[in-house]
Amino acid sequence: MREFFERLGILTEEAIKTMGSMAIMLAQSVYYLFLPPYKFRIIFKQMEFIGVKSLFVVVLTGAFTGMVLAMQSYNALKRFGAESLVGPTVALSMARELGPVLTGLMVTGRAGSAMATELGTMRVTEQIDALYTMAINPVKYLVVPRIVAGVCMLPFLTIIADFVGVVGGYFVGVVLLDINPGVYIGRTVDYVNADDIFVGLMKSAVFGLIISLIACYHGYNTTGGAEGVGKSATNSVVMGCVLILVFDYILTSIMF
Amino acid sequence: MIEIIELKKSFNGKVVLDGVNLTIERGKITVIIGRSGEGKSVLLKHIIGLLKPDSGKILFEGKDITKMDEEEFHEVLKRFGMLFQSAALFDSMTVGENVGFPLKEHTDLPEEKIKKIVSEKLRRVGLVGVEDMMPAELSGGMKKRVGLARAIVMDPEIVLFDEPTTGLDPIMSDSIADLILETQRALKTTYVVITHDIKLTYKIADTIAMLHKGKIIEKGTVEEMKNNPNPILRQFLEGRAHGPIKVF
Repeated sequence: MREFFERLGILTEEAIKTMGSMAIMLAQSVYYLFLPPYKFRIIFKQMEFIGVKSLFVVVLTGAFTGMVLAMQSYNALKRFGAESLVGPTVALSMARELGPVLTGLMVTGRAGSAMATELGTMRVTEQIDALYTMAINPVKYLVVPRIVAGVCMLPFLTIIADFVGVVGGYFVGVVLLDINPGVYIGRTVDYVNADDIFVGLMKSAVFGLIISLIACYHGYNTTGGAEGVGKSATNSVVMGCVLILVFDYILTSIMF
Repeated sequence: MIEIIELKKSFNGKVVLDGVNLTIERGKITVIIGRSGEGKSVLLKHIIGLLKPDSGKILFEGKDITKMDEEEFHEVLKRFGMLFQSAALFDSMTVGENVGFPLKEHTDLPEEKIKKIVSEKLRRVGLVGVEDMMPAELSGGMKKRVGLARAIVMDPEIVLFDEPTTGLDPIMSDSIADLILETQRALKTTYVVITHDIKLTYKIADTIAMLHKGKIIEKGTVEEMKNNPNPILRQFLEGRAHGPIKVF
């Protein structure tokens, strides 16, 4: 029993330490973000890495999610004769919930793990130390561009996922399940507001911050050679995914 | 030029540096020797600010660098260069970009001028036409050379070397030793080298300092050290497993 509480205590202490260190890294990043010189070129490079290179996987996820949503909601709504509401159901679910969350999870798996691996490798091969000795602040040079890119690109990816999802839903609803296209589009336009999309985009920006910050934190603080790099990548993906889902709930309940 | 005073550092209760006192003279090669795990790298990392001491001072031109704020210390760092054990080249950049990186970050020199300086520095370390290669394509010895070119590209006043010959064959080690001597003699830069390579030490050192149990136990020229009767120093320099230093 005592052992259990000891372990619990150690785990809690670790968790608090990690949160504190992350908060410090975030605060430093905000500080260096506004401190000239500005590193636009590196920021754009990271934007390309997080945004453009995640496009394919995000489009694929969005399309199939929209399609399956249409199919499932058709099945449910048909039971009380409300097939015409498939359109808004798909659009609202995508915009408010699935677009941002699934995009976040996919980017965590693709870009988050890669960021943690890259920074982790740089740490264990002394490249981060080398930056420091050249009078270049590694947080400013490595962490800030990644965080900025994450926060900026996730909303873009999300809006693309939303759009592709709605198109996928339309395809399944109208082409495969024979819902009247006028009704499908009309109802969607009637029920979905700009606010619904905006709420989703706000969430996705926060997810972008979570993904980059966690990946950078784990990568930056890697110890223990190749094994450590692998551990950092795994930790950043696990922690990133869990935190996205937790923050999804928190943000949804705030903006409900 | 650099004065280390009573420098102490512990990690998780284990004392690594236990009051190091050492003066590094301008324009000389100071070699710090000691067994693996005796804190040589830790000492070097303190000199360049990668680690902060628990107590003690490191004076650079009379100013304590451990107390400086970031901006002030960055100005000091620009006068330093460092060659890492693994060379620590940025593997996302070409050799040319690696060597030119500090110039690009800290000067307003045009691209053409940077390229010229880069090839001149690469030539100085014996490499020609490698600018467009990636670090992954280089051998260990070439990486060290590129690392040295990058370390001296800003014409620093002090260059620190972390185990410059570790992992190299004896011939390559000797050529790195030559390179260290040539670049130092040409530029009259202050070099600080940490190593456990005795051959390298004898070849390049103006001053040798031995770090043992967290303290500098002996310091002197090559001749003085060769004639020093301290049994710990003798055992280390002669590379014997038996003596006052216990292996296990």
